Amino acid sequence: MLVIEDLQVELAGKLILKHIDMEIKPGETHILFGPNGSGKTSLLMTIMGYPQYKVVSGKIYFKGVDITNMPINERAKMGIGMSFQRPPTIRGLKIRQLVKICSGNGENMDVEALARAVNFVDFLDRDVNDGLSGGEIKRSELLQLMAQNPDLMMFDEPESGVDLENMELVGKIIAHLLEQEIHPKSTKPIRLQKRERRKMGLIITHTGHIMNYITASKGQVLYDGVLSCVENPREILKCIANIGYEECVRCILENNLRNGH
Amino acid sequence: MHIREQFKERALKAVDKKAAIGEDIDLSQYDKEAPPPKPLTDEELCALPQIERELLAMAGIDVTEKERGGTFFQKNVGVVHCDVKQEGIEVIPLKVALEKYDWIWDYYWKLVPVDADKYTAAAELELHDGYVIRALPGSKTIYPIQACMFMEKDNLQQNVHNIIIAEEDSELHIITGCATAHTTKRGAHIGISEFFVKKNAKLSFTMIHNWAENMHVRPRSAAQVEEGGLFLNNYICMKPVKSLQMYPTTHLVGPDAVARFYTILVGSPGSIYDVGGRIVLNYPGNRAEIVSRAISNGGTIIARGHLIGKSPDIKAHLECRGLILNGGIIHAIPELEGHVDGVEMSHEAAVGKIAQEEIFYLMARGLNEDEATATIVRGFLNVDIPGLPPQLKAEIDKAIEESDKDVM
Ligand SMILES: Nc1ncnc2c1ncn2[C@@H]1O[C@H](COP(=O)(O)OP(=O)(O)OP(=O)(O)O)[C@@H](O)[C@H]1O
Ligand SMILES: [Mg+2]
Repeated sequence: MLVIEDLQVELAGKLILKHIDMEIKPGETHILFGPNGSGKTSLLMTIMGYPQYKVVSGKIYFKGVDITNMPINERAKMGIGMSFQRPPTIRGLKIRQLVKICSGNGENMDVEALARAVNFVDFLDRDVNDGLSGGEIKRSELLQLMAQNPDLMMFDEPESGVDLENMELVGKIIAHLLEQEIHPKSTKPIRLQKRERRKMGLIITHTGHIMNYITASKGQVLYDGVLSCVENPREILKCIANIGYEECVRCILENNLRNGH
Repeated sequence: MHIREQFKERALKAVDKKAAIGEDIDLSQYDKEAPPPKPLTDEELCALPQIERELLAMAGIDVTEKERGGTFFQKNVGVVHCDVKQEGIEVIPLKVALEKYDWIWDYYWKLVPVDADKYTAAAELELHDGYVIRALPGSKTIYPIQACMFMEKDNLQQNVHNIIIAEEDSELHIITGCATAHTTKRGAHIGISEFFVKKNAKLSFTMIHNWAENMHVRPRSAAQVEEGGLFLNNYICMKPVKSLQMYPTTHLVGPDAVARFYTILVGSPGSIYDVGGRIVLNYPGNRAEIVSRAISNGGTIIARGHLIGKSPDIKAHLECRGLILNGGIIHAIPELEGHVDGVEMSHEAAVGKIAQEEIFYLMARGLNEDEATATIVRGFLNVDIPGLPPQLKAEIDKAIEESDKDVM
């Protein structure tokens, strides 16, 4: 479980996340909406532990451990992983080597087989992110997460820049990573299959396309560093599409007040 | 007067001539003589003490000669082993060649002027030995030929002269290492190398240096590449040295000739490296590339590169990247010189530190900070060298792995 309590974060001297509360239970996937510059990426980077995002107050707990001041790699070791919106280029390091690193340098790890699943075999001997197109970067990030197999997976706009054909691939891979595939032939009832899910997800999206492939338990809207939430992400998407973020957030806030939040 | 006498005469006039660049070394402080070493058979070579074999291995020399087509091994002032396993390839000690073969005079001091500076002069006046490696027309090396200059005597000034000839349509791969014994603390090494790549021949020359901390090193080389020929020159030096200065020139003297230089340097504290390459493109279709990677670990590195385009329809690129890890200086001096219309020349130089963002990214994948840094450094040093045989690629990778321990 991921628990965030009254989190305030500064970036370059500016308060960019204000009084954030959030709870992602095992098996849950949340969708994060919000206009450009509202702080979505910042929230993910803060959870991942990037030190330039300075936590000025509040706490982050993961699996019951206070990770607020934990280095990035220790969070990764605890099972937090992320697909980055704009990952850096690392010259001379091959994607193949990075995938191995993600798997904890497992000797018997079949990089090619994993790469085949995201249609990425031809890229394995390219330098990490060097000259990759927008859609290729997404698939490279997914490939790394597949090798890493963390318990909490954060995806920063996994569908932006991805063409229609690859969108289906990306969607299915994310569903697979989050253990959301339903196996109709399994002896276990579907209800039980759902209850046995342990993976947690936090997905940033502007378009909501990803929701055609996965089921999300909650949707949240980040607006100017403030988080507000309702139960159903589809409602939020509809609301944003119809009346825009500003109106939408106001309406949600009123709703929440009426419901005693 | 025999041509050798003329060389000696010119050299005598240059014994005090300072080099154009680099610290001036007082050569009078070094011994020029050492007892001639005892020649070693194949078996004796394999039976060298473990510690010596390891030193040689770090310079790319495999005493078992398993994946090597031939070996030249010089210790101090003389040859200890010289053999060749492959037909069509000749490996001859230079002094033998000077005595026995007339053709050597078409090559000896043909590209490097004997009176260039006091170092070339010393190599003529107090020549110890060196090698001649020649691939006969049409012959191709299956395994690389290895050559090693080993310095065991302390305070020695080793003077060697090498001639490398790839005859028409031949393919020749050479790995050469220079190393010093653990007992050697100080000394000087002067190495003249002249490369001749003839029509449609291909020559790759990979040099790995492992010097001692108080060594001054002054290689003086030049190359000439004829029509359709390819010269691939790799230089790796990741160990401390007092000073190292070289600026070899390659002349492309026929259409479609190609030269590519790759240099990897790690500069330790107290070391000064002044290393560059110059390529002159004289004919249409000439291509040249100079790529260097320099890491300063507290030392001083001057990375030079000079491309000279004298014909239309030539292409040349210079890429020089430096990484300052633990202090030190990296000074990149890229030069482009176009003399006619229709040249296409470019350069790219960058000196900096490891980007935090790259370290964090790898940490998010589970590496700790030191592992992430090491991974990025290894990537930085990992240049793709097209056309290099796998055994030589492996030797370069090994040298880089080895240096990791020193860099971190
Ligand atoms: N290095 C920085 N210095 C100053 N401000 C920054 C820096 N990096 C980001 N910001 C600002 O922080 C705010 C939040 O950025 P963030 O990347 O979290 O937005 P986002 O919600 O992910 O937007 P988008 O939908 O465009 O990806 C923005 O106003 C951004 O300009
Ligand atoms: Mg963002």
